[in-house]
Amino acid sequence: MTLRHIIGLALIAAVLPLAVPWLGFVFTLAVGKGLAALGVAVLLRGGLISIGHALYFAVGAYATAFLMRNDGINEFLLLLLLSTVVATLVGLVVGVFMVRYRAIFFAMLNLAVSMVFFTLLSKMYHVTGGTDGLRVATPTLFGFAPSRVQFNSVLQYGSLILMIGAALIVDRYLRSPLGEALSAVHSNEVRLEYLGVSARRVILIAYAASAALAGLGGTVTAFAVGHIVPELSYWTISGQLVLIAVLGGIGGTPGAFIGAFFLELVRTFAVGFAADAWNVIIGIALLIVIFFLPEGLYGLLHRTGKQGSTP
Amino acid sequence: MSSAYIPLIVDGLADAALIFFVAVGLTLVFSVMRILNVAHGSFYALGAYISVVIGLWLTGRGGPVLGLAALVISPVLIAVLLGPLIELTLLRWTYGRPEALQILVTFGLFLILEDAQKLIFGVQPYSQDTPMQILGITRIGGIVYLNYQLILVLMAVLVAVGLRLMLKRTRIGKLIVTVVTDQELAQTLGIDSSRVFILAFSLGVFLAALGGALASPTVGVAPGLGSETIVLAFAVAAIGGLGQIEGAALAAILVGLTRSAAIYFAPEFQPVAPYLVMLAVLLVRPFGLFGSIGLRRI
Repeated sequence: MTLRHIIGLALIAAVLPLAVPWLGFVFTLAVGKGLAALGVAVLLRGGLISIGHALYFAVGAYATAFLMRNDGINEFLLLLLLSTVVATLVGLVVGVFMVRYRAIFFAMLNLAVSMVFFTLLSKMYHVTGGTDGLRVATPTLFGFAPSRVQFNSVLQYGSLILMIGAALIVDRYLRSPLGEALSAVHSNEVRLEYLGVSARRVILIAYAASAALAGLGGTVTAFAVGHIVPELSYWTISGQLVLIAVLGGIGGTPGAFIGAFFLELVRTFAVGFAADAWNVIIGIALLIVIFFLPEGLYGLLHRTGKQGSTP
Repeated sequence: MSSAYIPLIVDGLADAALIFFVAVGLTLVFSVMRILNVAHGSFYALGAYISVVIGLWLTGRGGPVLGLAALVISPVLIAVLLGPLIELTLLRWTYGRPEALQILVTFGLFLILEDAQKLIFGVQPYSQDTPMQILGITRIGGIVYLNYQLILVLMAVLVAVGLRLMLKRTRIGKLIVTVVTDQELAQTLGIDSSRVFILAFSLGVFLAALGGALASPTVGVAPGLGSETIVLAFAVAAIGGLGQIEGAALAAILVGLTRSAAIYFAPEFQPVAPYLVMLAVLLVRPFGLFGSIGLRRI
């Protein structure tokens, strides 16, 4: 089911830009946000809501910029990998503290950490470029130096492959005993502990995985835009990630990407006719989905796909 | 202590007063409805915008002293118009649903209000500091104080004491406490909890808008004010312990003083100060200074 849906989405995202070229960029951004939103969705499975995951999104983006500028690493795949590893490590360290908290306190503590990071990014001008941000140059591919246009197509299709890979791996993870234990944290943490499973360990693994996904999404975004700013870590981006996850639906891994594609498309069209009002449109869309589609946009697809089999 | 630190303390306390109005509103709404209202900061921003607009209009009609009235009129207006409307349409639906949904509904409201402000008031900053100027200054022992700042601190103390007295002594306050303690039991006793919710939420909106209105003479009012304010209010409410009025007051003082100390000693890191205090407090006391697990008080 997940396989069919995610490949279907990837095919649409691969074919449409052939007719409308500028959609390629929009879709690449959507995959970047979708990866991060998938991370947030993983935590939501455990009943944990983070309004601070823009932190890892920005960590991934800044790690890429730093690695290119300070360490002279220019290889695309290596940068993707290393930046994701950096985000995962940060997630592990922060996660050790986060696993002690639940509910509102988990949300707020994540918010606080991300806001500290945001301030540091904006103020440490000599290291981070301050509010001007940093440039992310076009990387090399297996030693070749592609032109910007060539690289953009590679990134566009490469990110779709990342999307399929991430959706399938996360799907496997959520179905594994470890993933089921995560859902159990939500439904009954005490019972989980009685079964001899450490809830904190389960959450820490989920937290690190979500940080990895958000970091990967941040790196993709950094490459797509070519320039990164501290606002990537601002709390409204974190809010947007939760929004995408819930809008798309956390019932299945394609949900996060469906939400992200929907959001980026609405944003693109809204900028055309109502630049100052796109948040109003998104806000209203969100409220409609929450009120009328409790399973999110993905729930729609799921429902039609399951027709007849449900009692 | 050297008297050189007195202005720093007064600045810090005036800052604390403004933060307190917003944070105590947030904490009140949380304790009654169990909802963390992300749109709370937008009421602060609305309060600031509307009091500037009404203030300029009133100043044009009846002079600057009449303009002062705008600082109180606008929060009342916002609370009466938006409080019941939002509680009845959006919030009512979220009670008893997962936290993620509750936070998202208010986030949706936040997005809508943020852009509504841009559409109504434009993106140019507004400023109106007449209230601060006409109140003048006071000199005590060679130190100059802005009267406006002193009044802010006084008002914050009045609001804190007033809220506590209202909850403890008045009929409506007792009704709120009853609903907070046990909603089901309150309803079997014949208390209309729906009206209590509308009232408590409107009071929260009023407090946020009052903070914004009173802050408007001291800052430029521009887009982004709401989103900056809400994270600050979260931090203060979390430090104090969610749902704790005295906790919010103490946390506001702590954050206000830290911020003003940061302005004097390390200005770049002034914005990070509240969150560092929050992290430090929450790592030691996960439920905040006055908070405790499971116990639901107001």
